Amino acid sequence: MAAAGTQILVKRYLSQSFYQTYEIRFQEDITVLDALNCIKAEQDPTLTYRWSCRMGICGSCAAVVNGKPVLMCQTYLGNLKQPVKIEPLRNFPVIKDLVVEIDDAFEKMRSVNPYMEHMKKKALEEGEYEQTPAQLEKLKQTSQCIKCMLCYSACPVYGFDKNFIGPAAGALAYRYNADNRDESKKERLDTVIGEKGVWNCSFVGECSNACPKRVDPALALQRLKLMGSLRLVTSLQ
Amino acid sequence: MEIIESDILIVGGGGAGLRAAIAAAEKNPKLKIAIVSKVYPVRSHTVSAEGGIAGVLPNETSANDGDSLEQHAFDTIRGSDFLADQDAVEFFVKEAPREIIQMEHWGCPWSREENGKVAVRAFGGMSVKRTVFAADKTGFYMLHTLFERTLKYANIRRFDEWFVLKLLRDDARVTGLIAMDLRRGIIAAFKAKAVLLATGGAGKIYSFTTNANIKTGDGMALAYEIGVPLKDMEFVQFHPTGLPRTGILITEGARGEGGYLLNKNGERFMKNYLPTKMELGPRDIISRAIMSEIKAGRGFEGPHGAYVHLDIRHLGEKLIDEKLPLVREVAKDFEGVDPVHEPIPVRPVAHYFMGGVATNLRAETSLSGLFAAGETACVTINGANRLGSNSLAECLVFGRVAGEMVAEYAENNSVAINLSKDEIAQEEARIKKFLSHEGSERVAVLRESMQKTMEEHAGIEREKSSIQAGLEKIIELRKRAENIGLVDHSPIFNTEFVSALELKNMLLVAEAVLRSALNREESRGSHMRSDFPNRDDERFLKHLTLRQAQGDTSMVTTEHPVTITKWQPQERKY
Ligand SMILES: Cc1cc2nc3c(=O)[nH]c(=O)nc-3n(C[C@H](O)[C@H](O)[C@H](O)COP(=O)(O)OP(=O)(O)OC[C@H]3O[C@@H](n4cnc5c(N)ncnc54)[C@H](O)[C@@H]3O)c2cc1C
Ligand code: FES
Repeated sequence: MAAAGTQILVKRYLSQSFYQTYEIRFQEDITVLDALNCIKAEQDPTLTYRWSCRMGICGSCAAVVNGKPVLMCQTYLGNLKQPVKIEPLRNFPVIKDLVVEIDDAFEKMRSVNPYMEHMKKKALEEGEYEQTPAQLEKLKQTSQCIKCMLCYSACPVYGFDKNFIGPAAGALAYRYNADNRDESKKERLDTVIGEKGVWNCSFVGECSNACPKRVDPALALQRLKLMGSLRLVTSLQ
Repeated sequence: MEIIESDILIVGGGGAGLRAAIAAAEKNPKLKIAIVSKVYPVRSHTVSAEGGIAGVLPNETSANDGDSLEQHAFDTIRGSDFLADQDAVEFFVKEAPREIIQMEHWGCPWSREENGKVAVRAFGGMSVKRTVFAADKTGFYMLHTLFERTLKYANIRRFDEWFVLKLLRDDARVTGLIAMDLRRGIIAAFKAKAVLLATGGAGKIYSFTTNANIKTGDGMALAYEIGVPLKDMEFVQFHPTGLPRTGILITEGARGEGGYLLNKNGERFMKNYLPTKMELGPRDIISRAIMSEIKAGRGFEGPHGAYVHLDIRHLGEKLIDEKLPLVREVAKDFEGVDPVHEPIPVRPVAHYFMGGVATNLRAETSLSGLFAAGETACVTINGANRLGSNSLAECLVFGRVAGEMVAEYAENNSVAINLSKDEIAQEEARIKKFLSHEGSERVAVLRESMQKTMEEHAGIEREKSSIQAGLEKIIELRKRAENIGLVDHSPIFNTEFVSALELKNMLLVAEAVLRSALNREESRGSHMRSDFPNRDDERFLKHLTLRQAQGDTSMVTTEHPVTITKWQPQERKY
């Protein structure tokens, strides 16, 4: 490919925000993360972003690239329109450059009690709780969430209502409620159908489009709403 | 400076650290437990583990091929080239199945047989199928299950994105640590009765590695610097199958499910090296076989070095999507190859640290109150070569032991701890000075030289004069690192500063690897000396440990016997 330069425009922030343009040699087979690493090593050590696994599984390197929330380590320069514009995730306070404060989203996840409870605990010696491949299939999709927070960045509702539990927390609640082994489904459902819960989701589906692991949080939220309505109905009876 | 008090400090939120936190919280709900981690726990490297976790499930729970604890122990010991401590291995194989079931009880979605029982797959060096898995995202599922579980316990407090700078001790025991809150840019002292290091490995000392950016050996350096020895540091595992451009791992599970290794003539070359095991031999032997093929001109040439083929096409799309989805994902995304239709280019890549902070079966180090577990520790069950899928099990087994031990230690040691104000002030001053220092050396430049040096001088095959030359280079780099100047002087989320500290830690680890490699004049497991091609039990059936000399910074080597219980060392035959 052409060895011509490519321009990378990064939205930077420390005490104020501004855009900075870097130029690197274009290579089709490098990722946006590779490009940033190359800029950091060779041009500007102050450029700040998170990354670790560089294989799309740790969820660190989320950013908005050319307007779309993506994992930078999985996004190739060759597939992007130039100049490439990189901005921090939306809907979160910026700490520095591309690093945003995501504690709130982690707290939302905690709020759905994402852990398994059994009424009658088996001793370890009694072995596993059974789960057929078909039962496993039911939680497979939502269990793939890597907590990268791209969905929160894409979610228009979370953008203006920070009380909304948001897509990933909804998917997480669904993951445990879809698990045949769990026995705290009602309690969990009660936490997500309260006022901070799932109702605000307007089902635009931006979160599902943004998800790099095809978790489809919008569908999970929709299903939780359905379960929640049923629960409300039965509790009124 | 802020002083944060807790009963127990756990450094690291990977598999070992989180397992320990839960064990401590369950043992005593009154204890104040703090997890300090330089990344959010779910970003820890455990998340990348793919293939599976080994343990002999009892007959009632699973199809186990007539397996036994005895066999798992022997496979592990033979795999270790008889350097593993056999009491540790016996304990480990006994506890591993319980931990696997425990994970299941907490919701970890292990892959299943049709009848609803946990499924197992074949793995290298294991004589029967005993590796439990969750598709090929085992570490991801384990780490998230553990993380979610920790959210249940009110007495676990997390300090995410805090970087540990230094451990503190008095004459007798560990007293706490000093860490930096990366987001707020402030330094704080942590005071605690017991400290656990669960900081993972150091694969980043190499340039071609499967390891994530955070694997910089910090815990090994932290321990060494307060006088705790490092053990078996010469043993670094090279995994046979990394993607040539990035080093990203293709799991051994791909061969476990039946994948072939092929040279450029389309030959399954393992038949010439290990006909009884073929592609399912232990990693050290397969990595060396691939290098021999490449040397003999039977590899493929590519822009990122020579390679061979891993072929899984014959397994079919259905099996690949069901059991090896991540293999397909990463091969497509990062190498542009769809393994359903084409063979995957692969070559050996730095992967795992058998060595680390010397501990005993109870996860204790030589310093009272300081414990270590997971990849950063060396118990040692891995000896000269770890078997794939033993290390996730090690994280759980010894993570749990460590968690119970730190809890017990904290309960039994209520003596007031005094942190030395002077020491804290000194550290704060040192960090402030470093942040504003205008030295002429750059982190990125030194890091690249270190990684190249290690590839060249501490790779799969080693030899005296080359190791010596490598050692000289690393010592020189350590000197130059004293003159690192930062361009970023801000205390807020300063990743250049963190990289500089990580680099210093890695250089220490690199020196330890080379020193031990030089001292071990034999070939055993992953440590292959071309000038001493045979194993030499007479001189080297022992562990080499390194500790800081008193009064200066030189490394002193001492020797420790290998614990043998039942299995006398014999020729390693498959
Ligand atoms: C690609 C890959 C695949 C693998 N697949 C398998 C497999 O299938 N089966 C298997 O058994 N093993 C596998 N392994 C090995 C296994 O994954 C690791 O050995 C294991 O996960 C290590 O876990 P850990 O808890 O010790 O450390 P890690 O998961 O690396 O966690 C280290 C923790 O320490 C923290 N930390 C480090 N330094 C500091 C500091 N200075 N201050 C604060 N916090 C710090 C980090 O933030 C992190 O939370 C694989 C390894 C790789 C590289
Ligand atoms: S660096 Fe881990 S997901 Fe991108």
